[in-house]
Amino acid sequence: MANKHIDEATGVETVGHEWDGIEELNNPLPRWWIWSFYATIVFAIGYCIAYPAWPLVDRATAGVLGWTSRGQLAKEMAVEDQRRAGTLAQLAILPIGKIQGNEQLMRAAVAGGRAAFKVNCVQCHGAGAAGSPGYPNLNDDDWLWGGDLNTIETTLLHGIRQPGDDETRNSIMPAFGDGFLTPQQIGALADHVLSLSGKAKDNPAGAKLFEENCAVCHGSDGKGLRQFGAPNLADAIWLYGGTREDVIRQITQPRMGVMPAWSGRLDPATIKMLAAYVHSLGGGEDFQEAVETEGQTKADPNEQP
Amino acid sequence: MSNLEPVTAPGAARLYEKRKPVHPQKVDGPFRRFKWLVMVVALSIYYGTPWIRWDRGPYAPDQAVLVDLANRRFYMFGIEIWPQEFYFVAGLLIMAGIGLFLVTSAVGRAWCGYSCPQTVWTDLFQHVDRLVDGDRNAQMRLERAPWGPKKIAHRAVKWSIYLAISFWTGGAWIMYFADAPTLTQEFWSGQAAPVAYATVAVLTATTFILGGFMREQVCIYMCPWPRIQGAMVDEKSLIVTYKHWRGEPRGSVKKAEKNPGAFGDCVDCNQCVAVCPTGYDIRKGPDIACITCALCIDVCDRVMREVGRPRGLIDYATLEDCEREQAGEPARPAWKALLHPRTIIYFSIWAAIGLGLLFALGVRSHTDISVAPDRNPPFMLMSDGSVRNAYTVKLRNMESRPRDMRVAIEGLPGAEMWTDEIARADAARVLTMPVPADATKPLRLYVIAPAGTASQDFAFTVTSLDEQAEMDTSETYFETPGGEQ
Repeated sequence: MANKHIDEATGVETVGHEWDGIEELNNPLPRWWIWSFYATIVFAIGYCIAYPAWPLVDRATAGVLGWTSRGQLAKEMAVEDQRRAGTLAQLAILPIGKIQGNEQLMRAAVAGGRAAFKVNCVQCHGAGAAGSPGYPNLNDDDWLWGGDLNTIETTLLHGIRQPGDDETRNSIMPAFGDGFLTPQQIGALADHVLSLSGKAKDNPAGAKLFEENCAVCHGSDGKGLRQFGAPNLADAIWLYGGTREDVIRQITQPRMGVMPAWSGRLDPATIKMLAAYVHSLGGGEDFQEAVETEGQTKADPNEQP
Repeated sequence: MSNLEPVTAPGAARLYEKRKPVHPQKVDGPFRRFKWLVMVVALSIYYGTPWIRWDRGPYAPDQAVLVDLANRRFYMFGIEIWPQEFYFVAGLLIMAGIGLFLVTSAVGRAWCGYSCPQTVWTDLFQHVDRLVDGDRNAQMRLERAPWGPKKIAHRAVKWSIYLAISFWTGGAWIMYFADAPTLTQEFWSGQAAPVAYATVAVLTATTFILGGFMREQVCIYMCPWPRIQGAMVDEKSLIVTYKHWRGEPRGSVKKAEKNPGAFGDCVDCNQCVAVCPTGYDIRKGPDIACITCALCIDVCDRVMREVGRPRGLIDYATLEDCEREQAGEPARPAWKALLHPRTIIYFSIWAAIGLGLLFALGVRSHTDISVAPDRNPPFMLMSDGSVRNAYTVKLRNMESRPRDMRVAIEGLPGAEMWTDEIARADAARVLTMPVPADATKPLRLYVIAPAGTASQDFAFTVTSLDEQAEMDTSETYFETPGGEQ
């Protein structure tokens, strides 16, 4: 910078470089630009003081206004909770049959259930509730324990095979491979099971074995019994697979799934919303059917002859 | 290097020139009267259009021109545009663009001179100047005068009128986006949407600044149009020209009388500069500052008449005609300039798009179906082996009355459907559903096909159950556990 170079044509100082005879003038920046720049610096200092800004080892400076993004989120969530409080309170109090009669409440329940499902249920049942081998598909019309709102709610509340919950869904299938039946017998049984849904030719020996060992839970016709959670073996839907190998494996050493009891983890309103959502997926059954099923199994003292 | 003039040296022409206020003088003549007419028509359309009513029945707004952003509808008299039909608006904008090319190619920057909002409002504000301060000389005197009671009073009155016009201008704009009478009432009772007040505030400010103070600066330094239009004008376009071969050298009437034959027709009265709304001297030739409003023609013709010389020293002419005239040929009638290949090509394109839009408008259907198959899960095996697919279907009734629509499955033998509103027990291949007026009805629709059905294409058709029987089809896919067909 010792020898300042002044451009001959303009009388303005240059930056001192030259490219093929072209020199860059060192004109000052416009005044308004400079002042805008200073203003941004002043603003930045004020901002750093007012808002969280400087990162420390395990947190950042708090800022004198006390604002945090988490705090703002909590505030907005509180507003939203306030807005939904009435609906949620109604959902918590009303029995699920009353909710179904109220179109607006039902819509809210299905929407809320969809959100709750994404958080709590997709891990096993899949994002579209289509399940996977061993985890029931909730869209179809096949239910182990029943598909009306009440039954779904009970399943949600108490789970499947939850120790310590007296009302939990509990079905146990014996392992027929533990010396009960020979592999040949199990093969014949599998043939009969597959024949129930037209997947194989019937095997008279298998039919006899079925009547002796399986009909008590699955029924003589293999259509299952919901009060025991025994699956329908005569339909197209297989929880653990529908090939001969799958069936033999299940008879030999049955697998039985578990589902958490949600009564202690989710509030009653959320459980009702989940029931409403699952019911809405396409396979939901009416209460009427449920009453008939229960009527067959439980002697209801109030039932009229 | 040494023969260069230092541009920043004292006394050298500076790169920045401070604005010289323009105080155009009052003028009368055919072009001025045409300009008044255009201004009245343009302002009437702008301020008045939202108040035109158009009866569309009970299900649609009664405003003739309405951009209903909230409901995503665009109403223009008998036409209602939905968002997916935005190509109509795009087509109109393309027509406006090509129309501008056509006009520019034919008569130069007529848009700039007569109908550009900046020109119209500048003209209006300059008229306010003349009403409050007097004509050109009075305005310049007041400009130079020191601040005193008179100047303060004049300025206060003038700026108040500017502000009133600006406010009215901004206020008119929002009327296009909501029911005008209701919005006016809401606006004055403080119940209108904040965006309405913000829009009015912004447009009031911009009109006040651009029309009241910046004026010709907008045309000369800010606006891209003069550059583009300058490139579209050629030697066949009618533009405002000074016939220098006839006018030069300039001399006053007195000088011309003393030396007959030594001077041209231009008497150097400077009237053409005095009346120019951008303060340009047309005698320097065509320039970006000339918006071709032709007020200089009006005033020059008057001066020529007064000094007993033929009119048209400054005149609308093509550069070709100028050369011809300079060479001594007789002048061509101006209308001939309108017909040359470029104008004919532009007009053909413009008319073709217009006819295309009219055709599309004539054949468009007011019934529409769109179908999106569910992806998760893509199919559902039922216990009896049949397969169910779910679809999100949208039925559109683009008429302002409720209509029944019949939806049918085309193909997919044995399949039946039901919806979230029609129970499984009532499943059928053909369903009839009511669709509200002017609405899109979203449906969740289930299709069930018997066991053994392969994956395949099929379609939904919708037919409106009215005298028009409009139809639409949407092809989609039925997925089964078997996979590909």
